[in-house]
This record gives sequence, C-alpha cells and structure tokens, in this order.
Amino acid sequence: MVTPGPMVEIANLRVRYGQREVLKGISLEVGRNEVLGIIGPAQSGKTTLLRILNRTLDDVPGVVITGVVKVDGVEVRQVQDVFALRRKIGMVAPLPVGLPLSIFENVAFAPRMAGVRDRSELEERVERCLRQAALWDEVKDRLHSLGTRLSGGQQQRLTIARALSHDPKILCLDEFSIAIDPVTTMRIEDVLKGLRSQMTIILATNLVQQARRLADRTGFLLNGELVEVDRTEVIFSDRPANRRTYEYVNGIFG
Amino acid sequence: MEKAARSIQNRPRWEVVAETAIEWLIRLCGISAILFVFGIFFFVFREGSGFLFHGFNVREFFGSPEWYPNSQSHVRYGALALIAGTASVTVLAMLIAVPFGIGAAIFISEFCGPRLKETLKITIELLAAIPSVVWGFIGLTVMNSLIINLFGAPIGLNVLNGGLILALMSVPIIVSIGEDALKAVPDSYREAALALGVTRWQLVHRVLLPAAKNGLLAAVLLGVGRAVGETMAVLMATGHAVNIPTSLMDSVRTLTATIAAELGEAPAHSNHYQVLFIIGILLFSITFVVNLAADLIVRGVRNK
Amino acid sequence: MFQATSLTRRKQLSEFIARMVFLLMTLLMVVPLLLIVGYLVYQAWPILSLDFLLSNPKHGMRAGGIWSPLLGTIYLVVISLAIAAPIGVLAAVFLNEYARENWFTRVVNLAVVNLAGVPSIVHALFGLGAFVLFARLGKSILAASLTLAIMTLPVIIASTKEALAAVPKAFREACWNVGATRWQTIRHIVLPNSVSGILTGVILQVSRAAGETAPIMFTGAVFFKAIKEGHLFAYGLFDQCMALSMHLFTISTQVPDVPKALPYGTAVVLLSTVLAVNALSIIIRVRLRSRRKW
Repeated sequence: MVTPGPMVEIANLRVRYGQREVLKGISLEVGRNEVLGIIGPAQSGKTTLLRILNRTLDDVPGVVITGVVKVDGVEVRQVQDVFALRRKIGMVAPLPVGLPLSIFENVAFAPRMAGVRDRSELEERVERCLRQAALWDEVKDRLHSLGTRLSGGQQQRLTIARALSHDPKILCLDEFSIAIDPVTTMRIEDVLKGLRSQMTIILATNLVQQARRLADRTGFLLNGELVEVDRTEVIFSDRPANRRTYEYVNGIFG
Repeated sequence: MEKAARSIQNRPRWEVVAETAIEWLIRLCGISAILFVFGIFFFVFREGSGFLFHGFNVREFFGSPEWYPNSQSHVRYGALALIAGTASVTVLAMLIAVPFGIGAAIFISEFCGPRLKETLKITIELLAAIPSVVWGFIGLTVMNSLIINLFGAPIGLNVLNGGLILALMSVPIIVSIGEDALKAVPDSYREAALALGVTRWQLVHRVLLPAAKNGLLAAVLLGVGRAVGETMAVLMATGHAVNIPTSLMDSVRTLTATIAAELGEAPAHSNHYQVLFIIGILLFSITFVVNLAADLIVRGVRNK
Repeated sequence: MFQATSLTRRKQLSEFIARMVFLLMTLLMVVPLLLIVGYLVYQAWPILSLDFLLSNPKHGMRAGGIWSPLLGTIYLVVISLAIAAPIGVLAAVFLNEYARENWFTRVVNLAVVNLAGVPSIVHALFGLGAFVLFARLGKSILAASLTLAIMTLPVIIASTKEALAAVPKAFREACWNVGATRWQTIRHIVLPNSVSGILTGVILQVSRAAGETAPIMFTGAVFFKAIKEGHLFAYGLFDQCMALSMHLFTISTQVPDVPKALPYGTAVVLLSTVLAVNALSIIIRVRLRSRRKW
C-alpha cells in the first residue's frame, strides 16, 4: 500500500551552531512530485535547511537540532541506515564539483558504493543519468577523461548526473547557478522541468525569478524564519500575505 | 527501474563487516601515539625507579659535579658537571644557530627569488637529513683539526667543537619553522608597510619580526629541544672529561653522551644502570616541557 | 621630478646591505657544509669501490669492507618502516578524517608532537626496557626495528596528515552527499590522491632510520658479527646485527689503528645513501605534484 502524505514534513525545526541560532522554528511540508522553491537573501539558513534533510549537518561541531524532520514518513534522525537516506536524496551544492575520477566513474560512483557490480548495469545507469542531465552528447566520446577537467557548467551537470545515479526521490538544489554561466543555467532549468514529474524537487535559490519560473510553491526564508510559504503565483503577486515578501520579491531589499 | 532501485541497496555482508573492522583499526592506530608516549615514560621510569626511591640522593645528583659511578670506595652520582656540559654546548649552539637560522629564514622568506628559494630550501632539507653520527665524525676529524690548527689548542674535542656541530644541526629546524612563522604573517602587513615607503630591512625589523615573534620563539625552542636531546654528535665531539667547563676549549660530557657511553658497561639493574635511566627521565622531562611550550606558543599564534 | 633624492639613495643602500647580510648568513651555513662533504669524499676516495660494499670487515675491522653493516642497516630500515608506515598512515587517517574537534583529539595531537621530540637516547632506553627486557625479545633485529619504528612514527603521522589535508573538502562532501560511507570516501578518493605525499614522508624516514645510532646501540646492533659475504638473507629476526651508523661510530672511536680511509669511506657511504634517498623523495614530490588530478 502506497504511503500517502507529504514527501517532507518539517515541524518547529530549530537549528543552532553553538550560540548562534540559524533556523528559528520552521514548519513546512513538501508534497510528492512538487517543486518547492526557497528564496531569501544570503545567510538566511537555506543551506542549513537542505542539509538537515540528508543529515550532512551531523558533523558540524556544536550543532543542536530540535524539532521534527520527516522524509517519506520517517524521522531522519531515527533512520537505521543514514547512507540509504542520503541515497534517497540527491543534493547539488552551489559550487560545481567533479570528483578526481573519470566522467564514467563520477556517475558510477554512487551505485558502485551501494553495491552494484554488474558492468552492463553501470553503463546503462551512467548513460541514462548523463542524458537526463543534458551532458551526454558533450562527453559521450570521452567518458574516460577526468571529471575535474570539465568546465564549471559541465561539472554542475555532472553533479546532477551523480545525484540522479542513485535513484533519489527528492532532488535538492542549493543555489546551483551561482557559479555557472546563464546559458548552462537555462539548460539545467530545462532539465529540472523534465524531471518534475518523476521526483520531488526542492530548489533553494538567490535568483528570485528562477523560483518564479520553476516552482509550484515558494517559501521565503529570512534570517532563519519562514516568513511565508504559498503557491508561487501568490508569492509573486501584488498581495502576498506578508509585506516583507512583497518587498524582497520586488527588490526593495535583499 | 524497480529492479535497479532494489539492487542499489545491496552491499555484500562481508564488505560491511570488513569496513567496521578497519574503522576500529584506524581508531586504535589513532590513539597509539598517546600509548607510546606513556609507554616511553613508563618503561624508562620502571628501569630506574628501584634506585630512585631507595638510596638516590637528589641533592647530590643536582648539586655535585662529582660523577664517580665506578669508584671502588666512594660512589658518587653528582650530575652537575653533566648538566653543565649539556647546558654549555646547547647555549653556545643556540648563540650561533639562532641569529644565522633566523637570518637565513628572513632571507629565504623576504629577499629571495623563487628559483633560489627552492634551491636553498632543498639544501636546508638535505642539511637536516645528515645523520648525527656523521656529524659526530665530522666533529672528530674535520672540526678537531680545524680547532687545533686555528686556536693552537692541545685538543680539539671540546665545548667549541660540540657547540659548532650542534649549531649546524639545529639550524635547519630553526630555518624551516622560522620561515613558516614569517610566511604566516599576512601579506596585508607587507603591502601596507611598503605602501608607506619603508625599506625591506625596516619592514623586517619593525613589522615582520614583531608579528612573527611567537612562531620564531617556537622555532628557537624546538632548536633547543633538538640540541639538548642530541646524543651521538656530542658523544664524539666534546671529549670525555666530566667537569664543569671554564672555557670553550674544555672538554665536557653531556647528559646524553653519558648514557650512551656508560650503559654498555654498567651491570644490568645495578645502581649505576638505574641512575642512567634516571638521567633518561630527566632528559625526557626537559624535552617534553620544551616541546609542550613550543606547541602552546604556536597554537596561540594560530588562534589569533 | 622623479630624480633619486638622497633619501631614496640611502634607502636603496640600506636595502642592498640588508640583502647582502642575510645572503651571507645563509651562505655561511651552506658553503662550509659543501666543503666538509668534499673533504670527506676526498679522504675516502682510495677505498671506495664495489668490493668495499660487498666484503665484510676483516682483521678486527682494520681492513675489508662494510657488507655486514650495510646489510644490517637494510634489514633494520625495511622492518622498522614495515611496522611504522601502516600504523602511521592509519593514525593520520584517524586524526584527519575521523577525529572530532574536542579535547581528546588535542591530546592525541600533543602526544604526536611530543613523541617527535623525544631524544634518540631516550628511545634507546625505552627500547631496552620495553622490547629487549619486558617483551623478552632480547637484543635483536626485531627489538631494534621496533624501537626505530616508534621513533619514525610521529613524522610519518605528520606528513601523512598534511597529504590528506591537501585533498579538498569539497570532494569528501560530494561523496557523502551520494551516500558513500566515510571509509568508502577515504579508500576511493582521499587515499589514492594523497599517495605522493604519504610516499614522500615514508621515504624521508628511510634516511632517518638508516642514520640513527643510539636507538639501536642497546637494542640489537652489535660491535661485530660474522656473516656470509654478499648473501642477502644472512641475518635472522632474532639475531643481533651490525649497522652502518654503529659501524662508523665503532671504527672511529673504539678501534685503534684503523687506516684513515676506512672510516671516511663508511661515512661517505652512509651520507650518500641518506642524501640519495632524500633526493629521491624530493624528486617524487615534484613529479607527482605536477600530475595532480584537480
């Protein structure tokens, strides 16, 4: 029986690093196969919010997390296998990263680590994910060259391919376009549009218009507080619920 | 698609077990350094503790220069002359090595082009690699004849010889850590000073040295630690006289050399044997304190 | 308008003088050393030959070659590094990849630094008390190698840590994001990309292990031992052995009437081995730096 209910459920989440509180009581739900945009100025807590989901925040010294965070119905801090949890979530960081391996091995890395040994299956996976990430045509003839030698835009697409290689149910993107050119940004946005029916997407971005283009719902995070979350049309209309939302969206501050 | 999703959760059992095992091995190796430091202190203490608590005269040890462990009639373990031996060669070595070492560090760090820098750094590294017994040999042969010929001294194995050799041995560590200390001074200091129109010497003297003084102090302390702990070179270069030196031309014996020279002949577990281990405890404590101080100073710098 | 004023000229002069003074100080250390090494080679010249390396000391070490000490040193170096390298690398992996930033880690780091500063004669005393006596290994190659291993351990830890830290954090984060475990990340990404740094550190300790005398003097190295010439497996693990460093000490201080070239020859062989190994590590370091994968 399929579990209904939201893909991500966050209730009263508070996060602090030592004495500094970074997220101050966030409550949020993300529906299945929805695209949620998160906008807000720098240092608002967008990255922290994403990293809570795949528990890569655990290693930060002095971090204290309270509240409920559920992914696919299971509280993340009580999950038995944190690595399986991380494979459920694809994470794309702001700065493009190519692992110092061949392009093929970059995308085959996650399945290999998870136990996939069959060569033909790995090849199938690599091609599928590189195609989905709109990178296949550019690299298909040099799959054995180093991933670190690709351009920034290519490495970001490689990261997306890597993120897709372990069949995630959620794809999180943290300001993915910050270090790449506008043309590649648009190509990746097309990729995301193509993926939206297959998985839930959470897109944290400093480009307000990017959320407008892609997101079904948008949340506005300011100084660790979720000021407002609603359907994108509402957020970007003349009458969002909160005045500050209007001001940020229209560039009056930020 | 479903088949793929299922297969991706399967790491073979043995692989998971092996990974757990190796992570425990890593943790064990990680704490090994602590185990060994304690181990060294424990085992050295163990060999010397018998005598240390039954009959060892602390006042005589630290206060008397009369070291007669093999006397038939009146055995004395006064280590003052040995301490003076260590102190004299160390002080002389530092008086030479510190100015030259820091001078070289300054040259390499501030006045040097990249090509010459690389060459000099490699040379210093090779200098540091020379084994102490070879340094001792150099003291025994080359330095010995140099001193006899230049100063007309009767023998060339003395404080001067040992001090010069130790200086050459300590310079690399002072240069390397001193250079690190100077490199750690932010470039903004240099740029600001040069913008004001100062000469390079003024930059060094008024800005860099004060800013790097903690790191330079740590470099000196580590050089001292090296000099105090050195064994073979001083054994071969300082002669064999156990007395408090009154001039640079006097032969002396250091604490380290005493252990090396006498341990082979002292009957196992005898008082003499145990006193040598007690000297070992003393040496360990001195270098421990010196290294701890240097580390704390460097950490203070890093936390700024 | 921009003619040099007297102030500028004075400044240029002061700059020049400073540069010369520091250059002189540097050269004053380097040049004497080159002269000394040259003198050693000159004195050793008559005796340096392949025969010198392959034949044993004879006539109470007043003639012959250095085969038995040379072989002994090789044994000691290989065995001590075979012990120290794995422990040191894994310890560095712990410190750089697993250890959290707390007081315990600080203590471990402090222990490594202090272990590095222990005088060689204290290592000898430790080896005697712990391995020769307590562990009942007796004076043997094994006891001496264990003593040398503990002596070289802290530097291997420090240089491996440096090599590991040079791998960018972003790589590790990318691996964790796709569900790789810490060990998988280390094994597949971190370690393979630190090999050059680790290798450099280990090779440097070869020269250190070969050159030390005090730690082996009371734990396994011996004045004289007869073995077969030119035979690679002449020593056993529980035998005592001769060693190059010890041999140099012995024939220059303990044996009278040794022909001059003999100790000089031994010194030159020891010195050139050490310098050659160090040069090798420098070359590896430079070569592999240019082949970095990022």
